[in-house]
Amino acid sequence: MAIERTGWMLEKSLAEPVKPVARQPFRLSDRAFAFLLILPALLFIGVIVAWPLVETVRLSFTNANLGGEEYVGFENYIDLWESRRFKNYVQLTFFWMFISVLAKIVLGLVGATLLNAAVPGRALFRMLIMPPWVIPIAIGCIGWLWLYNGTFGLLSGMGQRIGIFDGPFAFLAGKTSAFYSAVVTDVWIGTPMVTLFFLAAMQGVNKDLYEAAWVDGAGRWYRFRRITIPQIMPVIVSMSLLSAIWTFNSFDIIFILTQGGPRGATTTLIIDTYKTAIGNFKFGEGAARAVVIVVLLAIFSAVYMYLLDKLNKHYGVK
Amino acid sequence: MMNRYTPIQTVGVYIGILIFLTFILLPFVEMFVTSLRPLEHLRTTPYRFWSDKMSFAAYSSMWESVPLLGRYIVNSIFISTVVTIFTMIFVVPAAYAYARLDFPFKTASLGAILAVNMFTGAVLLIPLYRVLKTLGLLNTYWAMIVPGIAFIIPTGIWLLKSYLEKIPVELEEAAYVDGASRLYTMRRVVIPLALPGLLVVGTTAFITSYAQQFLFAITFNQTRELQPLPAGLQEFVGRQQVTWNEMMAASLTGVVPVILIFFFLQKYLVAGLTAGAVKE
Repeated sequence: MAIERTGWMLEKSLAEPVKPVARQPFRLSDRAFAFLLILPALLFIGVIVAWPLVETVRLSFTNANLGGEEYVGFENYIDLWESRRFKNYVQLTFFWMFISVLAKIVLGLVGATLLNAAVPGRALFRMLIMPPWVIPIAIGCIGWLWLYNGTFGLLSGMGQRIGIFDGPFAFLAGKTSAFYSAVVTDVWIGTPMVTLFFLAAMQGVNKDLYEAAWVDGAGRWYRFRRITIPQIMPVIVSMSLLSAIWTFNSFDIIFILTQGGPRGATTTLIIDTYKTAIGNFKFGEGAARAVVIVVLLAIFSAVYMYLLDKLNKHYGVK
Repeated sequence: MMNRYTPIQTVGVYIGILIFLTFILLPFVEMFVTSLRPLEHLRTTPYRFWSDKMSFAAYSSMWESVPLLGRYIVNSIFISTVVTIFTMIFVVPAAYAYARLDFPFKTASLGAILAVNMFTGAVLLIPLYRVLKTLGLLNTYWAMIVPGIAFIIPTGIWLLKSYLEKIPVELEEAAYVDGASRLYTMRRVVIPLALPGLLVVGTTAFITSYAQQFLFAITFNQTRELQPLPAGLQEFVGRQQVTWNEMMAASLTGVVPVILIFFFLQKYLVAGLTAGAVKE
């Protein structure tokens, strides 16, 4: 009798795997238990992220500084709207994000393809690409700071030896070169992660597809273009968005390399916000800039998702 | 066969990998060589990659130039360890709930948590500063630990949830049927099975926290003795000159803990992190 009963229960629970039958009276309901489990995380994020976010919005309507705060309505936003310099920073940030993410995605694809090739030693190579991601960002930047040094740095020295530069070339002194130098460092730090994800996605592609294409006489490039890329597209798409958000918000790299200079050439919105709020103690104006960042990122993500959805529908995916 | 390369193609692949790795590893090589060269050799023009008087002298003199260096490295490890422990305390129950249970606002609340990834600490610095001040945490270890945790929780929940979803639910049901309580099941059935996943989340939390200590340290902490390494390295920038060789030696020394962790656990880590990228 008892065995029969257990057998019946097992059968029933296997048939409905999602909801095990709650028999014991002391057992909490799914709901109550779930809320207890997520409550600590939600509370913590609420205090450390959500509330400060609300507070940022409130502060953005004040002229808060070290002395105190008064509500000033939309004044901070109007100032930003009328500031040509701020508009330049917005442009610069989007350019910085676009070029850096593009480089990361292209390099990540190239790197993943190379590391996916069946050649001896690839396990070692795969390990060797990861250090820039593993180490503290600040330490990687110190390494690059030294490489970019005009008088004593390797890049300037080698450049002079092979004749690209006439004299010492200080990478971080000129506006254009400082910007692209910061991009290179950002790409250096971001590429390993992107490569890793693309590589994993490539390894997950069904081998039969390649086999079938090969039997039909498709070449390597054709197979890459028509099988690999479409198959790993979901990963490319999601990595691009994630990478874009991180790059937009990237702080340490620029702050250590150039602190936003020379003459604003590397001042992205996040650097501008930091300098306004923390550097000059203009909390209200800084908060308005922070809100602009959040809104711009939200719009960007929404547009990205919308276009993606359209594209998917157009090509009949899903 | 299909994947056989011609010798020329093989050479091409190796050359490609070599160029790629040169880009990735060049800063490390130059940092290492710099750490071995005497300071006066570093400050010569024209540039030379090599010196005849290479030595590990900077690795011993750096402790004297910046007496707190050892402390900075310990601080970095300490902060990351505490961040990791607290992250796990928050992440494990929440990830379990999202992987296994059904409840109202499940998707909405998960979405809200993941949306945290859209921000960085830099956006929220001003009110965060005030929150920490109100809680009396400014200029303590907690000023660097607390914000660190908040920005790692979302990724942690996401990673562990994906891992838990791959563990067959039948084992838990068997435990229920035998009359085990929920907590007992979590402790004795789910956690042991999820151990590799926990390892991935823990390692990710540690590495991420170790990598991103700079901003919170320079903004929320003025106490020198509590600074983590990335902030402490600034002290090699002296009034007269930057002691580059010692700074590089200190940087590389400070990188050793995470590099070791990574190389020992990289197999799990890579598989765990990229699990979502691979189709079932």
